[in-house]
Amino acid sequence: MLLLIPLLPLVGFLLNASFGRRVTKPVAGAIACGAMVASFLVSAAAVVQLVGLPADARAISQQVFTWITSGDFAVAFSLRVDPLSAVMILVVTGIGSLIHIYSTAYMHEERDSEYARYFSYLNLFAAFMLVLVLGSNFLVMFVGWEGVGLCSYLLIGFWFEKKSASDAGKKAFIVNRIGDFGFILGVLLAFVQFGTLDFQQIARAASQLGPEASFGTLSLITLLLFVGATGKSAQIPLYIWLPDAMEGPTPVSALIHAATMVTAGVYMIGRNAVLFSHAPQTLTIVAVIGVLTALMAGTIGLVQNDIKRVLAYSTVSQLGYMFLAMGVGAYGAGIFHLYTHAFFKALLFLGSGAVIHALAGEQDLRHMGGLRKELPITYWTFLIGALAISGVPGLAGFFSKDEILGRTFTSGHTILWGVGLLTSLLTATYMFRVVFLAFHGNRAEQARPLHDAHDAHDPHGAHLHDAPPAMAFALIVLAIGSVLAGYAGLGGRFEHFLEPSFAPQAVEAVADTTGELTLVFVSVLVAVGGILFATFFFWKDKAAADRMAQRFSGLHRVLMNKYYVDEVYDAAIVQPIRIVSEYGLWKGLDVSVIDRIVNGVAETVDGASVLLRRLQTGSVRAYAASLFLGVVLILGYYLWP
Amino acid sequence: MSGLVPTPALSHYLILSAVLFTIGAAGVFVRRNIITVLLSIEIMLNAVNLTFVAVGRYRGTVDGQIITFFVMTVAAAEAAVGLAIVIGLFRHKESLNPDSFTALKW
Repeated sequence: MLLLIPLLPLVGFLLNASFGRRVTKPVAGAIACGAMVASFLVSAAAVVQLVGLPADARAISQQVFTWITSGDFAVAFSLRVDPLSAVMILVVTGIGSLIHIYSTAYMHEERDSEYARYFSYLNLFAAFMLVLVLGSNFLVMFVGWEGVGLCSYLLIGFWFEKKSASDAGKKAFIVNRIGDFGFILGVLLAFVQFGTLDFQQIARAASQLGPEASFGTLSLITLLLFVGATGKSAQIPLYIWLPDAMEGPTPVSALIHAATMVTAGVYMIGRNAVLFSHAPQTLTIVAVIGVLTALMAGTIGLVQNDIKRVLAYSTVSQLGYMFLAMGVGAYGAGIFHLYTHAFFKALLFLGSGAVIHALAGEQDLRHMGGLRKELPITYWTFLIGALAISGVPGLAGFFSKDEILGRTFTSGHTILWGVGLLTSLLTATYMFRVVFLAFHGNRAEQARPLHDAHDAHDPHGAHLHDAPPAMAFALIVLAIGSVLAGYAGLGGRFEHFLEPSFAPQAVEAVADTTGELTLVFVSVLVAVGGILFATFFFWKDKAAADRMAQRFSGLHRVLMNKYYVDEVYDAAIVQPIRIVSEYGLWKGLDVSVIDRIVNGVAETVDGASVLLRRLQTGSVRAYAASLFLGVVLILGYYLWP
Repeated sequence: MSGLVPTPALSHYLILSAVLFTIGAAGVFVRRNIITVLLSIEIMLNAVNLTFVAVGRYRGTVDGQIITFFVMTVAAAEAAVGLAIVIGLFRHKESLNPDSFTALKW
């Protein structure tokens, strides 16, 4: 039964990839959505079955086939559902289904073949993502890990005729390759160390060992795995691809670059919680990288003008939170945030997609404003998403973010907690900056009546359409999820459910209370403070924001330019490689050594031929004479006494 | 078997053969008609045949005669192919002079 979960989207992919261009859009969309919804239903059935089992035996395995056998080394293509992967498959198929449904409306203006191509990629992505989370050993996970990277590349570059989109796709792929290289090294080292690739066996073997006091093999394994996670989950130093990935269609940004694929790194750490727990050095690195990424991305998000880029930096920032949780050993809290974040970030992206759709491709916040009245559904759902991510009490983000901050504080990482809190303030501020700039106030002057396919059948061009039914449905369901999802974690139930996945050695006892009351109070205060900040600067007194930007123009410029990280990478890595390749490898080695050898051989032969071809006169008699002479000479040699 | 006509010894056959061969070779080199050149080649081949037969008889074996049959077969084939080529060349160049066929060079 487990096999069906990734198989259904794969079948959807095959159908759409083979026959998609011959069928109409509704058929292609129905195949893709049907595959996803069916996969969701199977997942739900599997989870129901899982929950029915006693708490300490919650795992369902299925070995599909033996994949590799070589001597006593065997890897099975096997799938396993345990509480952790149960959460993941529900998120992937559930939110995936909604985004598929949303896409049927969002991509409606594409040509038939493009539409089918889009859905085939989306289905393929879902299949690989499900393999990633269901795989019961590193190798199967790696298949999914690479597969989602491929789909991410294909979908970022979906509009490949646009140079920036194809460039962004390549950037994402290459940056991910760097991380994947670390990941595969970590997997190999883990195999050398434990002799197996199965997660459970590795966890069992690792739990026999004590936590490493100094930096040893386990620390190295986990650090290499974490390098993979920084690539896939967009953490420092490899986060740079995610903001550019916004070149893809918005539902793709919502599904792949916010809700599911980018959380693969967090999931992978959760999956190897036992291993990571035995490498405290790595955990510290994970936590510090996580919180730094959260802060850095949050500050950049504060000044960006592209609505999707703000959300992208927000995603990077929230992923940083998840890694912070992982790093302080609060695996349950991290996965909890992953789960709630999937709802509200998907919601925010789809909401921004609805705005972009209505404005015919306009993404610049400065050209928006006052959309509240024209796009009421989008506005209200977006507002719920923004409240949820800011951590306003009662909504999903509050529970999970508070859990992470609380666990960070109680585990004694006060500085990390402080930075996390500051990031929380930034989160609320930049989210409400988007809300106010896009939906409140008046449309900026630059905004012009937009002409697109939409307006073609609408003579009153200035009137904007709110989300069509398919999009509105996804927005409303996700908004409900963003409100309610957090209640699953009330009283630590969510984390208790996950606990067996982080066993066999219980990593840390789960606190039953949701942190101390003071901490909760502080973080609520911070969230509200952030919203008030945004209210003041971006709604009440927009001039104040400009004045601030003027006063701190240096800082503002640094933030606008994303800390010049892309430029630094370009100067430190890309250019040296380019220069070495061009002047060293190409002009130095290839042209002046290899080419010279090859040409030299040819020229030698050519020079020798100048003499030899004189013999080739074409005169039959000359040939006969030489033949005769040759015979005489040979005979003479042998017969000469 | 003695009589007025002395029985030829092996050396006589070989000398005759050498003379024939030389005539043939000289014909190949000096004649300006490609058909004559082919005829000269035939003479060379038959000089060799004579040697084979003579040596075979001298040694009392049939090997020389057998090889001669092979050579004759090959010579017949060669003549057929060679004359066909000559016809083709003539149609092409309106000439039988071997020196006019020098296209096969660098």
